[in-house]
Amino acid sequence: MSTQQSNSKQVLVLDEPLQKNVSRRNFLGYFGGASALLVTAAACKKDNNTSAATGVDLGSGDVGILNYAYALEQIEAAFYTKVALSPYSGISASENALLTDIRDHEIAHREFFKNALGTSAIATLELDFSSINFASRDSVLSAAKTFEDLGVSAYNGAGKLIVDANYLLLAGKIVSVEARHAAYIRDLIANGSFADSTVIDANGLDMSRTPSAVLALAAPFVKTMINASNLPTS
Amino acid sequence: MNLQNILTEIEKVDAEVYDKLDSRRNVMKSFANVTGKLALAAVPLALGSMFQKAYGRGTGITDVLSVLNYALTLEYLEYNFYLKAVASGVIPAGAPTAALTTIRNHEGAHVTFLTNAITASGGTPVSFTASQFDFTAGGAFPTVFTDYAVLLAVAQTFEDTGVRAYKGQAANLISNNDVLTAALNIHSVEARHAAHVRSMRRANGGLVPSGVTVKPWITGNQSGIGTSAVQASYNGEEITTQAGINIVNINAQSISANAASEAFDEPLDETSVRAIVAPFFA
Repeated sequence: MSTQQSNSKQVLVLDEPLQKNVSRRNFLGYFGGASALLVTAAACKKDNNTSAATGVDLGSGDVGILNYAYALEQIEAAFYTKVALSPYSGISASENALLTDIRDHEIAHREFFKNALGTSAIATLELDFSSINFASRDSVLSAAKTFEDLGVSAYNGAGKLIVDANYLLLAGKIVSVEARHAAYIRDLIANGSFADSTVIDANGLDMSRTPSAVLALAAPFVKTMINASNLPTS
Repeated sequence: MNLQNILTEIEKVDAEVYDKLDSRRNVMKSFANVTGKLALAAVPLALGSMFQKAYGRGTGITDVLSVLNYALTLEYLEYNFYLKAVASGVIPAGAPTAALTTIRNHEGAHVTFLTNAITASGGTPVSFTASQFDFTAGGAFPTVFTDYAVLLAVAQTFEDTGVRAYKGQAANLISNNDVLTAALNIHSVEARHAAHVRSMRRANGGLVPSGVTVKPWITGNQSGIGTSAVQASYNGEEITTQAGINIVNINAQSISANAASEAFDEPLDETSVRAIVAPFFA
């Protein structure tokens, strides 16, 4: 199967055969034994906490992807916390209320990942919002749009990298909320731009980005070095 | 742990293991790389994930095609709804008409995309014509195309339900990366639509129960629509615990139950979704 993301129509073709028939019993047969190893491995897993000065390693496998999401949620939560603390000039009551809602959602996401990761969680990132003028509506909403669209494309791109179906579902529960945020912020900037052609292609598909592409776009806002080299790539 | 032995044991029960993984030599080579980088304790984790990718969760091509046809059915429903909505004459000119036209075009693109994907994969795509739909839902919404507020209420319900429907299928697509990614890329578009239609309903104010503020996100299990006819699309959205973690006031942060429910959208299974949309099929 192949997908080509481009301006032209995308063609999606399933692999044929998708996968060879494997007896589920066989599969479970050797994983019954492996699960004991997995528990041991999890118990021995070393703490990924690192000081901001020396950088953080997101780790590998699903833990790495969860840390990747945790890093993005840290950025968003910190950004909206600043927005709520010092609302831009001319903010309406409705905007203030809904941007505060978004802050709470992002904090909820951040703290959820922190708790889900436990001792595997990366440290708190040192962030840099110096390029954003928090007194300016245009500057704040422009940054918010960047973060939300980036978040949507990050979760969309990370889905295939997740192995555990429960984590995949959790990512799904969060990404649609990020998409709701993105649509709202975009409509605040220009009503009707909630799903314009800068993010939605001719097939009506939203964007997905790889972790490396996402982290490169997030880099201007993050001082802490993030090592994503151990993340899964497929 | 001796990886060679494990692979040999697997070979005994599944002679095709290397077709699923890669050649034996490449497996060993990639593990030489992995073990060079990781602590030994992490190797079983990496091994588990490699095999899970190869074997998936028992989802074969038939299942994936079935998911795609289910999605296509919902897209036909939405597309036909917006076709009639945009042509109804009750949507105010300007931004409202432009927005619903944008959404109509996306749903039409989804129909084409899914149809092509199913055909290219050797499946038979479902197909529906306008006469196969009843957007009054058997009389529940008799003014759907003559009353703008009712039109928006049905649109919101379709979009919010669509988000839940795609989310509910993610696990069924976990072993097929490209289909999963495509489904996720549609899923977030439906969420963008939902947010915008909700803002349109807030601006319009029609059918919004008193004391309720319709937000771009779903608060508790509130539909924000003054009829119980759509409640099934919102039941279950009120959850405030995720993966056993209570989100309300998590880690001493001030997170209300409303915010905790809004922060996570919930899935719906196919049976529930089909029951919700059944009245809209003639």
